[in-house]
Amino acid sequence: MSGFFKSSIGRKYAMALSAFFLMFFLLQHFAINILSVFSPDAFNEASHFMGTFWAVQYVLQPVLIFGVIYHFVMGFILEARNRSARVKTYAKNNGAANSSWMSRNMIYSGLAILAFLVLHFIDFWIPEINTKFIDGDMTGLLSNGEGFRYYEELVHKFENPLRVGAYVIAFIFLSLHLMHGFSSAFQSAGASSMRKEKLQLFAKVYSISIPLGFIFIALFHHFNH
Amino acid sequence: MNLTLKIWRQTDANDKGKMVDYKVTEISEHMSFLEMMDVLNEQLINKGIEPVAFDHDCREGICGMCSMYINGEAHGPDRGVTTCQLHMRMFKDGDTITIEPFRAKAFPVIKDLVVDRSAFDRIQHAGGYISVNTSGNTQDANATLISKHAADEAMDAATCIGCGACVASCKNASAMLFVGAKVSQYALLPQGQVEAVDRVKNMVAQMDLEGFGNCTNTGACEVECPKGISLENIARMNREFLSANIKS
Repeated sequence: MSGFFKSSIGRKYAMALSAFFLMFFLLQHFAINILSVFSPDAFNEASHFMGTFWAVQYVLQPVLIFGVIYHFVMGFILEARNRSARVKTYAKNNGAANSSWMSRNMIYSGLAILAFLVLHFIDFWIPEINTKFIDGDMTGLLSNGEGFRYYEELVHKFENPLRVGAYVIAFIFLSLHLMHGFSSAFQSAGASSMRKEKLQLFAKVYSISIPLGFIFIALFHHFNH
Repeated sequence: MNLTLKIWRQTDANDKGKMVDYKVTEISEHMSFLEMMDVLNEQLINKGIEPVAFDHDCREGICGMCSMYINGEAHGPDRGVTTCQLHMRMFKDGDTITIEPFRAKAFPVIKDLVVDRSAFDRIQHAGGYISVNTSGNTQDANATLISKHAADEAMDAATCIGCGACVASCKNASAMLFVGAKVSQYALLPQGQVEAVDRVKNMVAQMDLEGFGNCTNTGACEVECPKGISLENIARMNREFLSANIKS
């Protein structure tokens, strides 16, 4: 396997693998977040489990961080290499005649998602790491000790309409990214065209419903509290 | 038909080149695009202007020589045809048509609309062949049974004429549809198994060395390919490449 990941196809496989992991993570993230709409208690319990269970914190979380960084860094490296493969561009190019806008602009939807991740990390991840590992508070309880803090923190974040607006826009870009990225990952991994139609239908359902679900959660908490 | 043509003119590989406007008159809608270019060149010669250089050979869609990026698409706006099969009925009287060479770092312009596609030849040399008995030991072709499905798929892949429209259309100037087709046509047949591992590894290595971009699955190549080569061939090449790297 020496040199596999340095080759163009090896890098395609690596991008696809990191994409599969991130898409699975997104599904799991959504499954927990949607609980906040139906049951604050269930959301608190799930969040506390994810935030304190050792395998999630010390195994899956580092893998996730690596997956996110790898996907972005390799995305930029491949984009730079691809741009260098055509030094002189066309005076007239009709890209819309043969490919989707989403497929031609993955770098821009990816950059929008990266900007969102910075905001998201500042909003949730950094305060969470600060509380648990700097302050050493692993209880997950509110400062007055009356129940878990996760639901309260979530609701508080979605009070600001500007933040909600930024989240909505970011999830629209996430949807655009997934509309091409989902089926593209399977194609890169060598999926046969025999399964392509079913796969593309599933890709459409996933890439629209999951971001739409996240938008619903943000709007639900904004307008209900 | 009277047309305005915006054509890329470049005297040689070192020239910077530029788009130049020409008027061409008395074009019949029944002419092929290359015949229209012939008329233009005749009119240019009569005016003492250097004719436009462009590649062509068989003029019946099988040799893969003609190229041209016409109005933003490889081989023009029609589907499943090469430039020589594109007819002027696809355009209207008074139209302005932009004509550029296929653009990729691995396809340097030689002159005007002529590009050097020898990178494809070098990829073929790296593994696009099989070993067969010759000199009296020639085996009857029908002695090796091949399923209809495999034969059909191999033949579909083998219809690639190596014109380079896939590279020209791809936003990344990727050659993976071409290489995928060449790998597939052998991978699907028993005769191709002898060199299977080395073939895909060597052809992909040569493709990377030539400076083609990486496939991002936009599907533009499949749409613009005059022979309808499917993206399935890229997926098959990816599987073959992974399998070859696991084996050795």
